[in-house]
Amino acid sequence: MKYLIALAARSAWNRRATLSLVVFSIALSVTLLLGVERLRNDVRESFAQSVSGTDLVVGARGSPLQLLLYTVFHMGEASNNMDWSSALKLASHPLVEWMIPLSLGDSHHGYPVLATDQRYFEHFLYGERQPLRIVQGRRFQGIFEAVLGGEVAENLGYKLGDHLILSHGTGEMKLAEHADKPFTVVGILARTGTPVDRTVHIGLAAMEAIHLDWQGGAPIPGMSIPEQYVTRFDLTPKTITGVLLGLKSRAAVFRMQRTINEFHDEPLMAVLPGVALAQLWELLRVGEQALLAVSALVVVVGLAGLVAVVLAGLNERKRELAILRSVGAGPRHVLALLTLEGLALTLSGAVLGIALLTVLSLGLAPWLEGHYGLTLHAGALTPEEWQLLAWVIGVGCLASLLPGLRAYRLSLSVGLTPRV
Amino acid sequence: MSVNPVIVLADLTYAWPGQALCIDIPQFRLEAGERVYLHGPSGSGKSTLLNLIGGVLVPRSGQARVLGAELGSLSSAARDHLRADHIGFIFQQFNLIPYLSALDNVLLPCRFSAARRRRLARESPRAAAQRLLQHLDLAPQLWQADASTLSVGQQQRVAAARALIGRPEIVVADEPTSALDEDRQTAFLELLRRECDAAGTALLFVSHDRRLATHFERELALTDINRATRLAP
Repeated sequence: MKYLIALAARSAWNRRATLSLVVFSIALSVTLLLGVERLRNDVRESFAQSVSGTDLVVGARGSPLQLLLYTVFHMGEASNNMDWSSALKLASHPLVEWMIPLSLGDSHHGYPVLATDQRYFEHFLYGERQPLRIVQGRRFQGIFEAVLGGEVAENLGYKLGDHLILSHGTGEMKLAEHADKPFTVVGILARTGTPVDRTVHIGLAAMEAIHLDWQGGAPIPGMSIPEQYVTRFDLTPKTITGVLLGLKSRAAVFRMQRTINEFHDEPLMAVLPGVALAQLWELLRVGEQALLAVSALVVVVGLAGLVAVVLAGLNERKRELAILRSVGAGPRHVLALLTLEGLALTLSGAVLGIALLTVLSLGLAPWLEGHYGLTLHAGALTPEEWQLLAWVIGVGCLASLLPGLRAYRLSLSVGLTPRV
Repeated sequence: MSVNPVIVLADLTYAWPGQALCIDIPQFRLEAGERVYLHGPSGSGKSTLLNLIGGVLVPRSGQARVLGAELGSLSSAARDHLRADHIGFIFQQFNLIPYLSALDNVLLPCRFSAARRRRLARESPRAAAQRLLQHLDLAPQLWQADASTLSVGQQQRVAAARALIGRPEIVVADEPTSALDEDRQTAFLELLRRECDAAGTALLFVSHDRRLATHFERELALTDINRATRLAP
């Protein structure tokens, strides 16, 4: 058996020009399959990491998923606002340990602007329950001060003391700007691998201040309040987008959720981030499975190529099979030889595929992190990935039996004297 | 060397599925250490006979004994073993596995047969292969060369070394010299004879070229011993 493996390897090496193409196509298909799986897992991981410390997300009643996506991930459609007074009531509820107010709606060069207060820096947790860390400068204190997420600062090249102008609304189109009230960068956050990196943080009062002379999404004509006068107005927000809640005891989460859902002052909704995310994955499941099915088909195409190439080469190898028979090889040796060859090619393809995937993961990680805030892991294979790989190799093994069986039959009919 | 038959065929018949008999041999013996020339033009059932002796095909009826073992009663794996242990084959051309070196080609039977390794006694398979290649006048610098880079004459000598390694009782040569020119034919036959003698191996030499028969102790014609071809229209 050991000799047959060596012989199969020598034989394959002899035809390496043709077979390397087969190996390459299998490698690409394995890369695709594992890449899709890895991306899927990393997206989930990345989403879960973004809200690790939050027990409940609260906002105006509507779609739980929409609320979560908008408040935490700054994606999708804006939800309705909730009253500031309700937020304060929730903050003082005996079951609540902390409350973080969130107000969204403006942007800066496509990056979302999040208005919040000091509690954000104190209580917000991400990843493995890590707090936010300011690498440069300090938190905002004055009104027109901004703290930038790591990526915003890096990509737009902002340093402490730089000025920036916020745009009204979100998106990359030409938007109305709050040009009369520029902000100063006073702090830059360490990278987290979450949407925080892509966010410009300002105070709730600042959000009120820049909209003093606005109404219905546009500046009120003929009215302009210079920035030095804004403090004369009451800058307490009337409404906010939502709040994040941390509870004293996790066990109280359903009780608190019910309390909020039955809130008297206005219709509110409390969302468990994990449940809403599960809902999201359920929605995306068909798409994910279709993607996985397509990549699985690509693997099948790769393996079909392998079978075709090995089968096609068999005719020219009748002589080789006859020689092996003459020195004592049985048909079962011939079967093993051809099957081993196919298996060796599948394995080489798989190994090359993993290598390719690792290189791609490392190469694309900065781009993915930059554009999508997605951290791609490039290390060892996960159990799910091993499982997929085992499937590929199993199917490859079965596919390799085809040329093996053909060679078996051929060696019976050709015997010792092939007609060439 | 005592005179024992290494191959006995008696009332042996074979027919390919759906075809008339192509082998019908009432009687054939190859004695131990004997050298026999078998004249076998194409169409005389030569290939089929070699496959029967090699145990790749099974007789339809009659006896085919190799070293006392009745081939028809052995399993296919046992027949493969018998062939590996006791018979060396040399074919007309393209005898070698192209991607193995000359030396590795010679060593092939030792990979499949423990008996051949055992018969080498104190000699390692590698040393035996080198000795045989040396005896067959293949220069040492060619031993590691890929088989496909050797000339036809060199390839045939490597094939002879492979057939002879581990001193099998029988060597079956099927037109091994037809790809060689006349001088080389004679030289090759001499080498083959000498090595068969040294190993005490019986040689069954099948060819269509009657001029070569003079090198052998006994001359037969397949058309004489095979009734199937005699009766054919």
